[in-house]
Amino acid sequence: MAPKDIIDTLAGIEPGSTLDAIRARRLQARENAQKSYLSLFEPVDPGDFSLAERAAVAAFVTGLHGESPVAAFYRDKLGANADGAALVEPIQIEIERGKTTGPYGAFPAGPLSAENKAGLIYRVSAERKPQLGNRLVAALEHAHLLVFRPRDAASADMKALLAAGWSTTGIVTFSQLVAFLSFQVRVVSGLRTLAAASA
Amino acid sequence: MSTINPPVVFTQDELGWVSWIDPLPEAELTERHFAGLVDRARAKSEYFRLLVRDPEVLEARTKTDKDIFYNVADGLPRAERELAAAATSRYNGCIYCASVHARFASTYSKRRDDVQRLLDEGVGADLGERWNAVVKASVALAETPIAFGPDNIAELRRAGLDDAEIVDVINGASFFNWANRLMLSLGEPSK
Repeated sequence: MAPKDIIDTLAGIEPGSTLDAIRARRLQARENAQKSYLSLFEPVDPGDFSLAERAAVAAFVTGLHGESPVAAFYRDKLGANADGAALVEPIQIEIERGKTTGPYGAFPAGPLSAENKAGLIYRVSAERKPQLGNRLVAALEHAHLLVFRPRDAASADMKALLAAGWSTTGIVTFSQLVAFLSFQVRVVSGLRTLAAASA
Repeated sequence: MSTINPPVVFTQDELGWVSWIDPLPEAELTERHFAGLVDRARAKSEYFRLLVRDPEVLEARTKTDKDIFYNVADGLPRAERELAAAATSRYNGCIYCASVHARFASTYSKRRDDVQRLLDEGVGADLGERWNAVVKASVALAETPIAFGPDNIAELRRAGLDDAEIVDVINGASFFNWANRLMLSLGEPSK
């Protein structure tokens, strides 16, 4: 029996339960979802994407999905970081400003244009920009795009991150972090729903 | 840089993918990078040479992906895992991911026309009770806030899926919310 991992903790899966046994049949996926989490949030070398920035982006991304044990977990992680604690409140305010329903956005011009769906183009409020700084302002705006309207992404968005001081490698790790959380929050929600339906 | 000819419809054809930011040059890859690539042949791919800038995350991501989709010792048939990936990609709007996993769904299910209807008509296409349940569950999981609920579980069970198979749907659909966001935001597909 494997010890509880982060998905077990967030989904409330107990050792010896039915879902624990089902997860054990995909042991490589289970172990590597955990390694993904660790390499993003406890990296050997965080490089130029600091742990405080990682926690801030994670709190924002999971908060945009609505209040949940996952959102609370990353908000607490941000609060526990010496450089992150002061960001908890501004991030919380920005989550409330950014909440909407996705996915939406535009398809390449052509027959699919009929399926285009307009929605919020989120920008950090001018009031919060000094607290967050250029790098996080650009990161939150791009993270919102990734969460709600990934099909709107364009090469100009990469240029905006580079212009705000993100390195190419930093952009890769940042994109992985947002995309990984999009996975994790869904697995946790799905497993919780299944557990409740089996109770 | 060569001219990009982006597809404007969902297709089962093979597509290329072009990065918007610089991948690592093949000549600069070290053993640490090859460990991240998992398969050495992936050094030929622009997408993987970009993601390998963070080799630890790429390695973990790749091994998660492979087990969710390729471990068919038990659980949901491969065709329906690929259907969950294709439906998620169709709904989020990832033409590249949808092309790859629609092809796999066609190969493993031998239902190429039904897969094509998913691409042409979208996630509302009527593909029969079992596939409809998988597509609907995938769509509900792709929504933000997540709309997946007890009704989806009940529908999957009515269609004959047991709990282990439902976990395969949850894993496959959730994983494509990871994959779609990378493919859509770091570069673009090319015909």
